[in-house]
Amino acid sequence: MTQSAAGRHPSPPEQAMDPVERVAGSDLLARAATVAEAEPGSLAALGGEGEVEVRQHASLWGDAWRRLVRNRLALIGMVIVVTFILVAILAPVLAPYEESEVVDVRLARYHPSWTWPLGLDRNGRDILSRMLYGARVSLLVGVVSYLIVLTIAIPIGSIAGYYGGFVDNVLMRGVDIIFTIPQVLLVLMFVNWRGPGLTNIFLAIGLIGWVTEARLIRGQMLLLREQEYIKASRVAGARAPYIVLRHLLPNSLTPIIVAATFGIPTAIFTEAAISFVGVGIRPPAASWGQMVGEASRPSDIQTDPHMLIFPVLAIGLTMLGFTFLGDGLRDALDPKGND
Amino acid sequence: MLRYAVNRALLFIPTLLGMTAVTFVIMQLTPGSPFSPSAANGITPEMIAELERKYGLDKPLYERFALYVWNSLHSDFGVSYQYRPQEVRDIIVRTFPVSLQLGTMAVTVAIIVGMTLGILAAVNQNGIIDYLSVTFAILFYSMPNFVMGFLLILGFAVWLPNFGIDFGFRVSGWEGPKDWVLPTIALGAAPLATLARYTRSSMIDVIRSDYVRTARAKGLAERKVILKHVLKNALIPVVTLIGPIFAAVGTGSFFVEQVFNIPGMGRYYVESMQTKDQPMILAVTLIFGIFLAFMNLLVDIAYGLIDPRIRY
Repeated sequence: MTQSAAGRHPSPPEQAMDPVERVAGSDLLARAATVAEAEPGSLAALGGEGEVEVRQHASLWGDAWRRLVRNRLALIGMVIVVTFILVAILAPVLAPYEESEVVDVRLARYHPSWTWPLGLDRNGRDILSRMLYGARVSLLVGVVSYLIVLTIAIPIGSIAGYYGGFVDNVLMRGVDIIFTIPQVLLVLMFVNWRGPGLTNIFLAIGLIGWVTEARLIRGQMLLLREQEYIKASRVAGARAPYIVLRHLLPNSLTPIIVAATFGIPTAIFTEAAISFVGVGIRPPAASWGQMVGEASRPSDIQTDPHMLIFPVLAIGLTMLGFTFLGDGLRDALDPKGND
Repeated sequence: MLRYAVNRALLFIPTLLGMTAVTFVIMQLTPGSPFSPSAANGITPEMIAELERKYGLDKPLYERFALYVWNSLHSDFGVSYQYRPQEVRDIIVRTFPVSLQLGTMAVTVAIIVGMTLGILAAVNQNGIIDYLSVTFAILFYSMPNFVMGFLLILGFAVWLPNFGIDFGFRVSGWEGPKDWVLPTIALGAAPLATLARYTRSSMIDVIRSDYVRTARAKGLAERKVILKHVLKNALIPVVTLIGPIFAAVGTGSFFVEQVFNIPGMGRYYVESMQTKDQPMILAVTLIFGIFLAFMNLLVDIAYGLIDPRIRY
């Protein structure tokens, strides 16, 4: 983050400059760079751009990115999360064995060695391979469940928050009731009803987890709908769906992103927990929680702790990574936290 | 204030009914019963019909619901399918105190240690205590309780003894203090960390406020400033966290009891999940829900009492 970095920055194309931005200020070049960054692209697309030192003119995303990479814990978190995602996607390439392939039954519980770096489990399967495929399950659960959460939470939260009054009351009392029951309890009951398996885990976590996000989105809508620009839009004749989709939701993006960095690991943890107690994923499919459950008999813990420690560490580390990243993102995106 | 408390308490009733209805309907939808006919156990369809009549499973849904609510109000939750002829009530009476003890210990440790750490960290901001407690807090904060439990078991019961360090903690059962230590830490660690973080930031907010600057400016000793001015105001928002902490500890006990083989309500709950012991599942869900909703109610009312700025 040095001043000279601005000089090394490649000059951006002229058309990237926003006419409004050009009006004031002296350092046009650097400013244009920030504007280019401000393209409503993803956070990741902003990569290396964070090197430019432009304090007061920074856009929300560019500024947030800069604050994020300056935060050491957030960087560690990002590395962990990115590694986790890569491992999950590349599992079939990286894994030396199939998900539930038995290497050799006679070598069951083989301790870590050069041939099998994490050892073999009680059925003689390669723990490393199962861990890699387990990462897949975790990532899938996190992403798919959270998509279900958003699909339900966005319409309900938007309608409740935008219209308020009676509709809001009815919807939110329902949400309150679901909210009173601990979510893990409901998830357990749901998989008890629908049976174990990946699809039911997605549904259980998604159909039950949306209440938190619905509340959040409703709160945002309530907050934003009284803003001047929304009133202006309404006076100009915009209809409710347009206002919600065009103005309210995009402006609620920041809290939703922060919520996702907590919601996704919660989904991952929930799957691990219910698989751990044996009502989650259907064996022989591998999941970290299921591996923990399988390796946790008291007699096994004493003699073969290697079957337990790796999945336990994987869950812990993933949670830690998401927490670091989530905390960092929240600080970075919070406009009040501006240095 | 009284009116608020009464209102809040009245809202409790529809919440309970809604909760009962939700759990009841899900349970009714759940296929499978403990009496599946098979050659092995020699159960015939006639015997099933007889049993279903006995447990009232042949009546229409609304009638069963009304009956269930009525019976629950008389603390009659039926007979456990799995542990026939034991009544669900008796199982709960036996196992609930265990869970309650574990939960109370975890919450107590979390509140005392968590708040103390938070306060010390805020007072020594950016000092060594602050650094250590923030590091510990973030490590504990994100660790799921069953992961924490296994890490403790691996550490204290598998590896440390290898190096001749043995604290003598036991990792299975619930007889004495030696059984209590590790589960309490496993269950209490995350709430402890949450409280520490929250207390710290709340303290720092107050420490930076104008009236604290005034207090210092007029020459009050730092000790007095912290004890008389900062603590009171900083700890009020922390109280709101107690409700969610009860919920976290409550549901966490399912998994921690499983990890440490503790004969509490949570372990029975998980077991009845696996065996489709419906009366047991329904009763435990309800009791848990009621207990947590009640705790939330108390916390809400307590909050109103503590903070004079809140007027309802």
